[in-house]
Amino acid sequence: MNFTLKIWRQKDAKSKGAFETYKVSDISADTSFLEMLDILNNNLVHEGKDPVAFDHDCREGICGMCSLHINGLAHGPGQNATTCQIYMRKFKDGDTITIEPWRSAAFPVIKDLVVNRGAYDQILQAGGYVSVRTNSVPDANAIPIPKADADESMDAAACVGCGACAATCKNGSAMLFVAARVSSLAKLPQGRVEGARRAKAMVAKMDELGFGNCTNTGACQAECPKGISIAHIARLNREFLRAKLRD
Amino acid sequence: MSCFLCNSSLGKKLVMSLSGLFLVLFILFHMSMNVVAIISPEGYDAICKFLGANWYALAGTVVLALGVLVHFGYALILTLDNYRARGKQRYAVTTKEPGVSWSSKNMLVLGVIVLLGLGLHLTHFWAKMQLQELLDNHEVVLCNGQVVSPTDGAALIAYTFKEWYNVVIYLVWFVALWFHLTHGIWSMFQTAGCANDTWYPRLKFAANALATLIFLGFAAVVVWYYVAQHCPCCAAC
Ligand code: HEM
Ligand code: SF4
Ligand code: FES
Repeated sequence: MNFTLKIWRQKDAKSKGAFETYKVSDISADTSFLEMLDILNNNLVHEGKDPVAFDHDCREGICGMCSLHINGLAHGPGQNATTCQIYMRKFKDGDTITIEPWRSAAFPVIKDLVVNRGAYDQILQAGGYVSVRTNSVPDANAIPIPKADADESMDAAACVGCGACAATCKNGSAMLFVAARVSSLAKLPQGRVEGARRAKAMVAKMDELGFGNCTNTGACQAECPKGISIAHIARLNREFLRAKLRD
Repeated sequence: MSCFLCNSSLGKKLVMSLSGLFLVLFILFHMSMNVVAIISPEGYDAICKFLGANWYALAGTVVLALGVLVHFGYALILTLDNYRARGKQRYAVTTKEPGVSWSSKNMLVLGVIVLLGLGLHLTHFWAKMQLQELLDNHEVVLCNGQVVSPTDGAALIAYTFKEWYNVVIYLVWFVALWFHLTHGIWSMFQTAGCANDTWYPRLKFAANALATLIFLGFAAVVVWYYVAQHCPCCAAC
């Protein structure tokens, strides 16, 4: 298959970027999207040009490092899949594909398609943890947890922190990410104890870092590669409001 | 505690949600009241008399005005915040995400249309009714020379909706409100934390049903009064 790629190139955080057009040819339908970019970069290196910088790590859909806004969609076409899990068979031969970095004030571009998602780490550091001893593996059955609660917690814990939610949101809101973290811990007895403090601290950090206000459009859940539901946002709202009203 | 309503995103959203709820309850009342004008113009005028320039109607008006101001003020603050959070650099290509309603992305625009309609509506009715009573005028002279009492709401409705352009403007206004409410009504539950995956379909259905009921109630009065004054067979009876 042959493709025309319109890729955002930007030398560094301070430079002004622009789209550059590239051609790639003889790509097999089973090539992954990132492999297709590897092939492009290989060609660029051979031509003595600067390869396109993009984020990736595990390439198996579990680390949350890959990003990219492809043809107007975070993580490209395909539901519940990270960019590394998108294959070129999702596109038509001869397609022009536009590739942009995440766009959100809190995620500044570092180079080309790479953005700084450190803001999410800062939100986690503000409260996305449980203060328990972690030196030895505890007995899995020491604290019985109802199946429904465990399932809901695990659904939320599937969040890989990729940033697609804020990148997709027209309000640049990080609510789905924060909600997933608050919800996954709030549903477990170990995390429940610090629930109020956690919700307040993480929301305060999220606001401080300049993320926007959620208006419940639901675009985040549509684009989340892990299918995290906005029901977790409702739980975050509950957790936060309850905590504030008790203060 | 008081300040989280001004300085935290979720607190500000709660104000939006509660002021929205207040406006929805008011508009349900207003709609029910208007429908009386179809069933019995005399009954409607009795309500207008009851809600004239007395202390409880005035207190209600002031609270309502505050509700609109708070809702509009917070809408501006939140939307401006969000515009900033989105960043200067925008996507060159965007696609509609599946399951995302158009209303949800255009709440401010819809709200501004509602506000403009409200401004016009106040000049059509409030300025000729409660305001005149406050000014101690017991008669209002309309543009066509007709003289009505400031509590004769039915006559003012008939006068306003004799003109096709007013009918069109009001219908556009109601449509904007319909769109605003199809998102707003379920969104206010979500904001207050009262929603989950089981309840989304129910809340969204209720939002659509309620928005449609409100639309039909208001539109019926406008259309009824237009038709009654223009259709030859209605005019005959
Ligand atoms: C004065 C003009 C108005 C403006 C500028 C306006 C604007 C907005 C905006 C920007 C939102 C936020 C969107 C969201 O969070 O979902 C909103 C929400 C809402 N509005 Fe309005 N609106 C106006 C009038 C009204 C009226 C007249 C009603 C009711 C009859 C209403 C009911 C609601 C409701 C129920 C919500 C949902 C609150 C929430 O999401 O928590 N609005 N409005
Ligand atoms: S909630 Fe979904 S979209 Fe947001 S960071 Fe987590 S995995 Fe990515
Ligand atoms: S590279 Fe790890 S999720 Fe895509």
